[in-house]
Parts: sequence; structure tokens; C-alpha cells
Amino acid sequence: MGTARIAGVGLTPFGSHPDRTGRDLFAEAAAAAIADAGVPRANVDALNYGNFMGSLAERQGHQAPLMAEAAGLSCPATRYEEACASAGVAVREAVRTVRSGEADVVVAGGMERMSHLETADVTAGLATAADDLLEVRSGMTFPGAYGLMARAYFDRFGGTRTDLAHVASKNHDHAIPNEYAQFRRAVSVEEALSAPPVATPLHLFDACPITDGASAVVFVSDSYAAAHDVEAPVAVSGSGQGTDRLALGDRDRLAETPAATRAAETAYGEASVEPEDVDVAEVHDCFTIAEVMATESLGLFPVGEGITAAREGATAADGAIPVNLSGGLKAKGHPVGATGGSQIVELTRLLRGDHPNSDHVPDASIGVAHNAGGSVATAVVHVLEVVA
Amino acid sequence: MVRNTGYDEWLDAVADGEGYALTCPNGHASLPPRHVCPDCGVTDLSETALPSAGTVETFTVVHVGTPAFADETPYVTAIADFGSVRLTGVVRGVDPETEADDEQQTNPEPIAIGDPVEAGVERRSNGDRTLVFDPVEE
Repeated sequence: MGTARIAGVGLTPFGSHPDRTGRDLFAEAAAAAIADAGVPRANVDALNYGNFMGSLAERQGHQAPLMAEAAGLSCPATRYEEACASAGVAVREAVRTVRSGEADVVVAGGMERMSHLETADVTAGLATAADDLLEVRSGMTFPGAYGLMARAYFDRFGGTRTDLAHVASKNHDHAIPNEYAQFRRAVSVEEALSAPPVATPLHLFDACPITDGASAVVFVSDSYAAAHDVEAPVAVSGSGQGTDRLALGDRDRLAETPAATRAAETAYGEASVEPEDVDVAEVHDCFTIAEVMATESLGLFPVGEGITAAREGATAADGAIPVNLSGGLKAKGHPVGATGGSQIVELTRLLRGDHPNSDHVPDASIGVAHNAGGSVATAVVHVLEVVA
Repeated sequence: MVRNTGYDEWLDAVADGEGYALTCPNGHASLPPRHVCPDCGVTDLSETALPSAGTVETFTVVHVGTPAFADETPYVTAIADFGSVRLTGVVRGVDPETEADDEQQTNPEPIAIGDPVEAGVERRSNGDRTLVFDPVEE
């Protein structure tokens, strides 16, 4: 099996850009990634593009050809959709294609445009990631699903709103130096606790914002990197995906995310690493409780014990295992179809040493990315390693 | 309204107090509409009656809703355990405005984990039908 190396990464600033079209956003991220890679556009063999709700948000389906032309690429282009894990599966298929030898250069990433919509319409769009018959007609929303999981977690393992507020406060601290983050400001635990409720026990500062943005990553094969003298010091050494029943109520357990656990087992197995080998992690904290369950699925903490990690400082920038040094979805923002690619961008920079928070992890050589769809009916996990 | 074959017949049954799960010979249960058991792929599914009441396994008070529910917020959505399957529904007959004052967000609360509920069906203004839970007076 070949190796998929990361030759270049690119992002737009994440935030509220209601006047910017999707094609404009993706063109910017792709141009940044291609420039970072130094790979000619003519050498790109495929574009894997993640997007969740473009048909609702921009009245634009069939986006892959549009994004290929926006990025100046003349190659087969495919859109991947797994709700909030859309870019994660786009990245995974790029890794698999390059590893297999079928392609030498693949661009993967994604885009979401959300902020021009009314909040109720965004809520309706995001709710389409849940089971329409069994859940949405019963008032299920995206925050509602995580509220159900959070209360189930508290009931089974313990934990408090204060524990969750520490997750939000930590991620806001991490976002401050990140020029791509939507919210570059501190949020105290007290401020988070006093915010209005969204879906109890989750309140406003437990939830990621509504975000516009795009991400892109250029993957190259070992042989291409050698032949063209491309600097690509970080490689994807493990890739895993898990699927679970779409409706939360149909899962074995409501306070755990088995799809992510299975994805992590596959990714760690391919990379021949153990959870204790991980130096830094970017996880899918669409809600504070999601970060807790993600770190448990990744084996960074035992099941039922991740809830206090942020409060105890274990996941902070100078903790034992820094989680979401980008600011996470919570503070960096969550343009749904771009997030899985954005996590790879942030981790690559952290491992290369050119991230504003790299100084917190100077010796990091192994990173893990965790991207989830809906209430984690889909999960994608990637292990990134410094190879040379 | 266009009916969803399998699902709407099941809602009709729930509305009549005759809710059921689809059970396969290997003992797995699931909700319709379904061709095969999602756990083992067996196609020989039979209807097995659900108990008259389930118990609340978790719930959330939703303060930000979709347009279909926007004029109903806040409302309570719960997942209730009916033995072989869980149902997701809106809890009626409780006060969603009950604002918890403790760290756990559980005291006081509109309903408690473990409370018994009965399932029913409501017709919504947009024509959809919604599964609802009514607390059982103990």
C-alpha cells in the first residue's frame, strides 16, 4: 500500500460571509492549498469535494463540476455528502485513491455557506442529517440530538454543565491566535454558564456557530513527491470510517459514539499507533458534549471519564493531550461541508510547525482528526504523522 | 397528504393504542418501514405488540426549533424505551418552561428519566403527524 502525503493545505477565514458565493469561497481555499503545495493544476488527477446542504442553502446541486472550474481544475470531480462529515469522507477517498496508485495528486476539501439563511432555516437544513420519519417529525433538531445525548451522559456517567463550559472556554482560548477562526475572543466559564438555553442541558456556548467557509488539501503519492521534489513532510498513516443507525434512538448506547470508536480502531490499526502515542487531536466538537464523547471514542480517555478533561486542563494547550488547538468547531466555526478538511489543514500545520499554536506542541509527530456526521451515524478518523 | 407506506400504517396503529415493533426470528426489533432486519438482514419480520407504556431514557427542552415547530418552542423531545425498541416523541402535558436551577439541569425538570409515558399521535398544522408522549399518572 502506498502513502498519501499532504503537499499543501488551504482555508478561507471562517466566519459570517453572507455575501460570498460558495464558488468564491472554495476557489480561495483551493488556490491557497495549490500554492502551498507547489503542484501544477494540470497534474491534479481528481477533486473530492464535500458539501452538505448546498441544494437548500444556495439552490445549487451538482456542485463538484462547478467547484472544479472555480479552482481551475480540469479533472474528474465528485461531491461527497455525509452531513457534517462530508469533507471527512472526501479526504478519506482521496487518501485511498492515492494509496492505491490510481492517482498521484488529489485535491480534497469542502465548502458550506450558511450565514445568509435565517436561523430557523439553518436549523431545518441541519435537521435533515437526522431521520425525517423517526426524529425530525418528533421535533428533533441538531442541538436537540446532542441535548438528548448530553442528558443521557450525565445520567449514566455523571458530569455537569460546568464541565461542559470548560470545554467551550478552552476552545475559545485556543482560537485567539488563529487568524482563520470565527470567534477570536475568550469566553469565561461563567459567561458560558449564563448563556440562554438552546436544547437543555446545552446552552448557547455549548453550540458551534453558523459559519461560512471552505477548506482544501492537496494529497500526493510518495513517488510523485520524490519525482517532483515536492515538500510533503506529513502523511496520512491511518484512515477509518464507521457507520451507525441514523436515528439516535436506534443505537445501542445513547451516551457513546460507537461509529467513531470503530473508525478510530481502523485508523489506529493502519497506522500501528495506540491512543497514548497521539500528541495532538482535532475533534468534532459541534457541541461541547461531542468533544467529550469524541475523545473517549479515540481512546484518549476511558469511557465516562472524558467529561472532566477540560476542567482539569488535560486537553488545554499545555495539557497532556491538547485537543482542538484550532479553536475547534466551537470557536473556529463549523461550515459543515468544509470542517473535515479544515481539521486536516489545522493538524498538518501543527505537525509542520507553522501553526500559530505550534509552540504548544513543539515535539508533536502524531496527530488524530475526528469528523462526525449528524448525531454520529457517520464518523471518520485520520491519523497524521510526520514522515520526513 | 401523501402517505409513507409502512410508516403511516404504523402511526395509525400507535394512534389506536396498538403500536408494534418488527421482530425477526433472531430476536432483533426495529421500526417500520423496513424490508430486512437491520441487525442481521433476515427478511422474515413479524409484528410484535409494544407495551402500553415506555420509560423516558433521555429528554431535551428545545428552545430553537425548525420552522415547523417554531411557534411551539420551548417543547420537550424525549427518547423512551419500549422494551424491544425506543421511540422518539414530543412530550405533552408537561411544563417545558420549568427552568432548572442546578448544575445538572435536572431539578426541577418538566419530566424525569425513568418516568412512564404512553405513545400517541398528533396531527400538525403542516399536515405531518407527530409521535407524542403523555406522562402516565402513577
